[in-house]
Amino acid sequence: MEPTLNRPLRRSFVKGLLGTTSFWMASGNASWTAALAAEAAHPYQPTFFDAMEYRFVEAASERLFPADDNGPGAKALGVAEFIDRQMQTPYARGENWYMSGPFQQGPANLGYQLPFVPRDLYRNGIAGVEHYTRQHYGKGFADLSPVQQDEILTALEGGSVQLGEVPGRVFFEQLRTNTLEGAFADPLYGGNRGLGGWIMLGFPGARADFMDWVNQEGAPYPLAPVSISGESA
Amino acid sequence: MGRTHVDAVIVGAGWAGSIMAKELTEAGLSVIMLERGPERTTPVEGAYPESIDELRGAVRKRLFQNLSQSTVTIRNTMDQTALPYRQLAAFLPGEGVGGAGLHWSGVHFRVAPEDLRLRSSVIERYGEKFIPDGMNLQDYGVTYEELEPFFDKAEKVFGTSGEAYKVQGKIVGNGNIFSPDRSDNFPLPAMKDTFSASIFRDAAKNAGYHPYALPAANASRQYTNPYGCQMGPCNFCGYCSGYDCYLYSKASPNVNILPALRQNPGFTLVPNAHVLRIDLDSAKTKATGVTYLDTKSRKEMSLSADLVILGAFQFNNVHLMLVSGIGKPYDPVSNTGTVGRNFVYQTITSSRVWLPSSTYTNQFVGAGGSGVAIDDFNSMNFDHGPLGFVGGSPVWVNQAGVKPIAAAIGAGGGGTPRWGSAYKNALINTYKHSLGIDAHGSNMAYRDVYLDLDPTWKDVYGQPLLRMTFTWKDNDIRMNQYVVSRIEPIARAMGATKMNLVHLNAGQPFDTRNYQTTHLGGGAIMGDNPQTSALNRYLQSWDVSNVFVIGSNAFPQGMGYNPTGVVAALAYWAAHHIRTTYLKSPGPLVKA
Ligand SMILES: Cc1cc2nc3c(=O)[nH]c(=O)nc-3n(C[C@H](O)[C@H](O)[C@H](O)COP(=O)(O)OP(=O)(O)OC[C@H]3O[C@@H](n4cnc5c(N)ncnc54)[C@H](O)[C@@H]3O)c2cc1C
Ligand code: SF4
Repeated sequence: MEPTLNRPLRRSFVKGLLGTTSFWMASGNASWTAALAAEAAHPYQPTFFDAMEYRFVEAASERLFPADDNGPGAKALGVAEFIDRQMQTPYARGENWYMSGPFQQGPANLGYQLPFVPRDLYRNGIAGVEHYTRQHYGKGFADLSPVQQDEILTALEGGSVQLGEVPGRVFFEQLRTNTLEGAFADPLYGGNRGLGGWIMLGFPGARADFMDWVNQEGAPYPLAPVSISGESA
Repeated sequence: MGRTHVDAVIVGAGWAGSIMAKELTEAGLSVIMLERGPERTTPVEGAYPESIDELRGAVRKRLFQNLSQSTVTIRNTMDQTALPYRQLAAFLPGEGVGGAGLHWSGVHFRVAPEDLRLRSSVIERYGEKFIPDGMNLQDYGVTYEELEPFFDKAEKVFGTSGEAYKVQGKIVGNGNIFSPDRSDNFPLPAMKDTFSASIFRDAAKNAGYHPYALPAANASRQYTNPYGCQMGPCNFCGYCSGYDCYLYSKASPNVNILPALRQNPGFTLVPNAHVLRIDLDSAKTKATGVTYLDTKSRKEMSLSADLVILGAFQFNNVHLMLVSGIGKPYDPVSNTGTVGRNFVYQTITSSRVWLPSSTYTNQFVGAGGSGVAIDDFNSMNFDHGPLGFVGGSPVWVNQAGVKPIAAAIGAGGGGTPRWGSAYKNALINTYKHSLGIDAHGSNMAYRDVYLDLDPTWKDVYGQPLLRMTFTWKDNDIRMNQYVVSRIEPIARAMGATKMNLVHLNAGQPFDTRNYQTTHLGGGAIMGDNPQTSALNRYLQSWDVSNVFVIGSNAFPQGMGYNPTGVVAALAYWAAHHIRTTYLKSPGPLVKA
């Protein structure tokens, strides 16, 4: 049988016990809703985004990856927390990118040529979207209806909006990529809460041992995912 | 102050460098191997569970080259301005001890014999007029028979799993009927077929093709190689391509060669040592040693050596030759010079087949080198006459372990939504019930596709970046389209409920933003004519005879197979001739 979201999820907030057998006993919450409630009692404090930016990331990522019949969306999976935490890594500072000038633009197929690293893309991109939505809708992005939010995301994706120096499409791709990373990365990084992303896909996580499952004639893999820390669902 | 002197300096600690280091220390030489990246060993960086992490691994690119230090510039045509390759995407060069050999997938091929003499073979079969204008089709200058013992040796060192077809003239098994005779069987039996590969095998067979198990440098059983290095059985963990193997099952220089090499007192490995140039005498006919930067202390160091081996990977080898002044740079306008000539790559397109929702493909199960292929449309195995192109592609299901972030980012597009609920539906369905089929094909060399130094951008060491001028050409696009059209009946026979056949389109330029393969080739090719090749048939520079340049840079054109098996065989071939001939009387092994 496939693991589904109807099964109770165990999620431990006792980080010190992760990966030990006592983790299983100590894991707190009996269900998905309980996990969410526990989380709401201690909301994550962003360190890179300010309150307005964080609300934007939460709202926009939920539209990109919404909760639906398939399972949790970006908000329940902790995608905004994931992205905020990523902003403190070398990746967000572009430390593995070639960032020497001159920065000359060319055909799209020759790749990214902007002088902005992910941190800049978020700072400038969010400010640009907020400016755009206030102009066109009289409110900030997070306060718009889902339909209006989708209109804006569609415009960004389609490339018809420029956000200051950042093309809307570039910002959209950055947000989409990081949102999906947050939904499916190991929970170690703050997203994929309760392994909800992996359960939806039927991905076993860090099991990394399929000796007896190389060919089972198309049957679904039977075991629930497990994370690097030993968290399981 | 006198420089430290060694018999041989080797640049780069990947497969090419490590094989050469092993061979030359066996010959009694003192050897220093310089590697620009850090030290890497399985029990430290490769250990479970930390290495089983898609975000840190393939997504944030833990093991690949750090482009902030050095990269290349790329343009499609000579009239464009090449722009820097700022973010890793189309190809993923290695860095650190083991090079890309630590995080490759392990598909370990020999070669189709006719690919080594493709020019001769095409002319014999179709006449010289068959070769399009501007295509620099060339022979390697070495034959399969000459290389066979070295293919055999490499397979034994790598612990390669596979099923042979012919050994010493006798048909011994269900292997690839197009593959040439072998002196010995594979050291290990073939990897098991994943479910996806097994249904491809059945469908391809029913369609009249000749499926075979991909030869894989993933160990199907435990194994001890001739150097005494040990491998454990692969468990299809799925964190293979782009990862270091926590089970010591995937062949790497780190697992299969370095444990033996490190014990040899004649051998020294220096990580964090970026070689800036090969030092030459004033006549530029002899290398005197190398100059490198210790990237930790930021001190420039120099070594004197009798023999210099470049094993820095295809385009880095060409870059080092150009910045050091080894040989004559290629000029596409006058069609003179050889260094940078015949830069080639590989065509690859991945098609997708969806099965009924009761069938689970479990795409996360897989090993990098495992799978089932057909060679019916590869190399010279079919009639190109009426088709009018040179080259071909194997077609295969090579399920190496599909992980969720990559699957999610790649899902949608081409008319289907890339976000929202409809996207989620499609992603989940695709992840659970589909499989990929690749056409992994050749790419020919052309007069206006080449490597040289960029006039504008520099690396952090102040050296000009290498410039790639590369795009897809009509011959290769039509080849890819033809081979992809042959996938359709196979997919239908597999019970496809839907398929997305992907091929190159006419006029489509090379796109640096999407992963292709890291199977770059050419640029310093081997051959029998110093006017059209930078290296002789022993991979020795025609111009500077104590420099050997080992890697896929030696390929005159890109083949349908993955390159590393040939790189390893060429390394053993070159080493053999250095040991048996060159060391006795250093100098050119072939008269120019
Ligand atoms: C994800 C992935 C999957 C692959 N799968 C396959 C496969 O299945 N089958 C196959 O045949 N091939 C595969 N390949 C290709 C394979 O990895 C390469 O062909 C092979 O590793 C090349 O070996 P090499 O020794 O020539 O170069 P590398 O392994 O790249 O080693 C070169 C080394 O030189 C170092 N270096 C470079 N410049 C300098 C300098 N200036 N000074 C000092 N050191 C330097 C680099 O840091 C590197 O460590 C794959 C590659 C990748 C990235
Ligand atoms: S699939 Fe096999 S060879 Fe590849 S990393 Fe996993 S255990 Fe190693």
